[in-house]
Amino acid sequence: MPDNDMSAENVETYEYDVVVIGAGGAGLRAAIEARMQGKRTAIISKSLFGKAHTVMAEGGCAASMGNANPNDNWQVHYRDTMRGGKFLNNWRMAELHAKEAPDRVWELETYGALFDRTPDGKISQRNFGGHTYPRLAHVGDRTGLELIRTLQQKIVSLQQDDFKETGDYESHIRVFHECTITELFTTGGAISGCFGYFRNTGSFVRFDTAAIVMATGGVGKSYQVTSNSWEYTGDGHALALRAGATLINMEFLQFHPTGMVWPPSVKGILVTESVRGDGGVLRNSEGKRFMFEYVPDVFKEQYATSEEEGDRWYTDPDNNRRPPELLPRDEVARAINSEVKAGRGSPHGGVFLDIASRKTPEEILKRLPSMYHQFKELADVDITKEPMEVGPTCHYVMGGIEVEPDTGMATVPGLFAAGECSGGMHGSNRLGGNSLSDLLVFGRRCGLSAAEYVDSLGTRPQVTADDLNAAVERALLPFSSATDGGENPFVVHLELQKTMHELVGIIRKEDEMEMALKKLQDIATRTRTVSVEGHREFNPGWHLALDLRNMLLVSLCVAKAALERQESRGGHTRDDFPVMDSGWRHVLLVCSALGEDNVELTRKEQIPMRPELFDLFELDELKKYYTGEELGGHRAGGADS
Amino acid sequence: MSHWQHFRVWRGDSEKGELVDYPAEVNEGEVVLDIIHRLQQTEAQDLAVRWNCKAGKCGSCSVEINGKPRLACMTRMSTFDDDEVVTVTPMRTFPVIRDLVTDVSFNYTKAREVPAFAPPAGVAPGEYRMQQVDVERSQEFRKCIECYLCQNTCHVVRDHEENKQNFAGPRYLMRIAELDMHPLDTADRQVAAQEEHGLGYCNITKCCTEVCPEHIKITDNALIPLKERVVDRKYDPVVWLGNKLFRRN
Amino acid sequence: MSSTTATSGSATAAGRAQIAARTLRTDRWWLPPLLNIVGLGAWVVYATVRAFMQNWYFVPEYNYLTPFYSPCVSNGCVEQAAHFGRFLPDVWWLPYAAISLPFLLLFRLTCYYYRKAYYRAFWASPPACAVAEPHKKYTGETRFPLLFQNLHRYFFYIAALISLVNTYDAVQSFIKADGGFGLGLGNIILVANVVLLWLYTASCHSCRSIIGGRLNHFSKHPVRYRAWTQVTKLNGKHMQLAWATLASLAITDAYIMAVSAGWISDLRIVG
Repeated sequence: MPDNDMSAENVETYEYDVVVIGAGGAGLRAAIEARMQGKRTAIISKSLFGKAHTVMAEGGCAASMGNANPNDNWQVHYRDTMRGGKFLNNWRMAELHAKEAPDRVWELETYGALFDRTPDGKISQRNFGGHTYPRLAHVGDRTGLELIRTLQQKIVSLQQDDFKETGDYESHIRVFHECTITELFTTGGAISGCFGYFRNTGSFVRFDTAAIVMATGGVGKSYQVTSNSWEYTGDGHALALRAGATLINMEFLQFHPTGMVWPPSVKGILVTESVRGDGGVLRNSEGKRFMFEYVPDVFKEQYATSEEEGDRWYTDPDNNRRPPELLPRDEVARAINSEVKAGRGSPHGGVFLDIASRKTPEEILKRLPSMYHQFKELADVDITKEPMEVGPTCHYVMGGIEVEPDTGMATVPGLFAAGECSGGMHGSNRLGGNSLSDLLVFGRRCGLSAAEYVDSLGTRPQVTADDLNAAVERALLPFSSATDGGENPFVVHLELQKTMHELVGIIRKEDEMEMALKKLQDIATRTRTVSVEGHREFNPGWHLALDLRNMLLVSLCVAKAALERQESRGGHTRDDFPVMDSGWRHVLLVCSALGEDNVELTRKEQIPMRPELFDLFELDELKKYYTGEELGGHRAGGADS
Repeated sequence: MSHWQHFRVWRGDSEKGELVDYPAEVNEGEVVLDIIHRLQQTEAQDLAVRWNCKAGKCGSCSVEINGKPRLACMTRMSTFDDDEVVTVTPMRTFPVIRDLVTDVSFNYTKAREVPAFAPPAGVAPGEYRMQQVDVERSQEFRKCIECYLCQNTCHVVRDHEENKQNFAGPRYLMRIAELDMHPLDTADRQVAAQEEHGLGYCNITKCCTEVCPEHIKITDNALIPLKERVVDRKYDPVVWLGNKLFRRN
Repeated sequence: MSSTTATSGSATAAGRAQIAARTLRTDRWWLPPLLNIVGLGAWVVYATVRAFMQNWYFVPEYNYLTPFYSPCVSNGCVEQAAHFGRFLPDVWWLPYAAISLPFLLLFRLTCYYYRKAYYRAFWASPPACAVAEPHKKYTGETRFPLLFQNLHRYFFYIAALISLVNTYDAVQSFIKADGGFGLGLGNIILVANVVLLWLYTASCHSCRSIIGGRLNHFSKHPVRYRAWTQVTKLNGKHMQLAWATLASLAITDAYIMAVSAGWISDLRIVG
């Protein structure tokens, strides 16, 4: 490489129009769109192509197609999404999402997806927490796998088209798998490329590109109990921060109410919400269906008050209210947490999720095959005969890269973000099923706008040699003599997870978070000097050493934002400020990086909702979330009340 | 509730390698992957293993345990006696990169050789109508998590490297069956299954089915039905005559 | 790490992990192929001996004809046993049922289950999963002679016809030589054997394909779909039925031989 001063290091160089980092649903959908716009596109994946965390999504993909209930439409879906996010959502994103989700699902069928069907041959839709109507397109309880495989096969199909044209499968779209990006390059404030290493060889690679789509997923690996895989180290969040972009809403983490609690090795692995959607109920050690005690005031009208009414709802949803087991995830997670704290938990520190007494074994096997499989093989529990033990697990980060809603572009020109690593769409809490639709809708939008952005450029920014050298040096730091005597990265990682789990977990307190920030300062120093042994080929210690700084930076954002927000809302619960405060609804907390291991927090006002969207809600409902003066624009003349 | 167990893990690369002995602490409820991770955190920081979801859903941690192709995350330690030696080796059919990690690009190459879903002409997105009974067979095959254990076990390529050129392997023959049974796919795939993708190499000895962690009946539901469909097209004069007489496709 | 065990042996193909052992399986993987060799071998020996014995195949008194000699079409057959005429020459090397036996053999030889069993047991290709096979080259069923495995469905058609003949024999056996109705243990065995033969034949993979498996739109063929679901259920038991019919054939034949030879007398229930 002539422009590489580190002569000792050979850095493979590629040039692409669009580079997509992350090969989950959002990344693949973005890549498909960029390629369809005629752009030469690279997909970079930390794991093998087709293994991304999207496969873990079980329940379904929310889209108001109205197949199961013709009353459904985008307005209802929009209202549900805003309600679920406690009106802190970026309403424009929620609007686009609700409007475009059906088209994105239908499109998948043309790629070869095989969803479960209704009797008239349409896509079947199932109930889920927070959704007014059955809305989730699904395939048993392996919808995420169907989605990732369908997108993967669509990419293969595009490659086959290219092969026919050019004789080269990879002429227009290429997957670089088992490749980790450690740095983004900006030149003159705009994206000029990125840098990383191949996991199997340890050799370095650089991509020169003007447009990067971030689709790296979440941050769960900063926590001890999580449903997320090792990949979820907040890479996209941290890379964007270091490139000068901002993160919003980082205090909002979704703890999924039902993760496995036993055996220890699988603690945190998800138990799909469909178990509850299909009739499963939560009970404490006294056998009581405790969720009826935990319906918050804002939801009182939509949820059943007796077990009888709740049970009737499954067969007659138009004349009954839904059971409280189907409250939004944050409510259920908090309720389980309270039951366990009050000493009414199960033997391994969770509560019981019972489907065995509610459905026949045949029905359970048909509707929840992979749950049956998961419990049978991992915990030796037969869910057709016994209840499951479940408890909250860190599942999803609502916060993420701050983007412009229509284009998905971050504050750094050329940087786009879609899926879990982007922020705003879900507000303070995401509804189940909205993530698969989110990544399709905004994956496509990012691919499209990345292509448009590239077209709009005169000359493309060039990567500077200094930036490249710095990236090489930082990546090799854990091997260098500068870190001699440093710690094993696994030890530091465990410390970070413990800190976040215990001090910035599901229920938060001011003094604990202050202590967490102190500990994170200490962990920051240790992260800089972690040391690894051995070679660069597939060395998990080295990989973790580099991922660690991403987790640290993200954890700092979470802790600082959580300390700042003095109310409880969605995925952010303060023990010292237990109620939702309308004064905080319109406040967004924005994080930006100060170097590699410090962040700065600023406040930003949420843009008020467009009037015709605002008018989709009844005034009485809005009053629960909005301050009096904010209601002025409502069709019912809210300012007077 | 923990004990020490004798582990033997293959360490090395494509040049050379050996089984290395490790004593390992095992706790109640753990799986083989947990033990590999414990070794990484203690004695062998650079022990390479590929893994992802740890819940049997992504198909990354395929290895051979006591000679049997399995997912490390789905192999419970309680299936072994406490004094049993547990031997973990990489998949044998693919080139090894390091330790337990193999180069599975063979599978991606084969995936690209299977023509993609051919959508029906003139049916707009949203207008697709399919009955549940018509999609169920293909849905079974779409449960595949692409762990490649079937590809690794199949003796056609495991014992005969030279067949890799001509044989797609159980996973991709099943993909052809999946598309051939898709109620709306319009491509003709049966003759190519035999002539281009090597269906004839399969001698239905069922090892693919035996190792499938998703319990897909690969042989009975995909490969044999596909062989029968090939017979329809290539070897059955009665069907041939019927098609001629009644002008069916 | 406490000690190391060197295993690098002869280089295997294309950068694979060098593990010298043929397999690292620790279970008794050799047992199933061994049982298959013993079971199939014993049956073949028995069947061969009986096919060429040309004796003790018929009990005239009760009209019991062993399936090994059905249809009995050799000039050597006793007249009462020859339900379908006598036209084959009576020579020692030609079994009396020479028009059915070869096809029954071919039906089972090309059966998808038996193929698995004998490829594994007799040809060690492979002997068990993840155990290396001993052969240098492998072309499977891509060329002569194994390409002919694709003819399975013709033998299925013929086997179905022969099952009709066996059914006829079983019905005939209720009519004694004197023309009256009779029922003995022999009848029960013959009927049980025929039922099992039908189940085995119907559970055939070719049958499953012909009946409905070749359709892409079950919803447009509800009757064939229902038939297919039934055959599919049976198909799941194809291996068990394959062994059950081997056993029932041998038992039926041995029983009739024993009665015919006068070693035992039939246990009579009626007449």
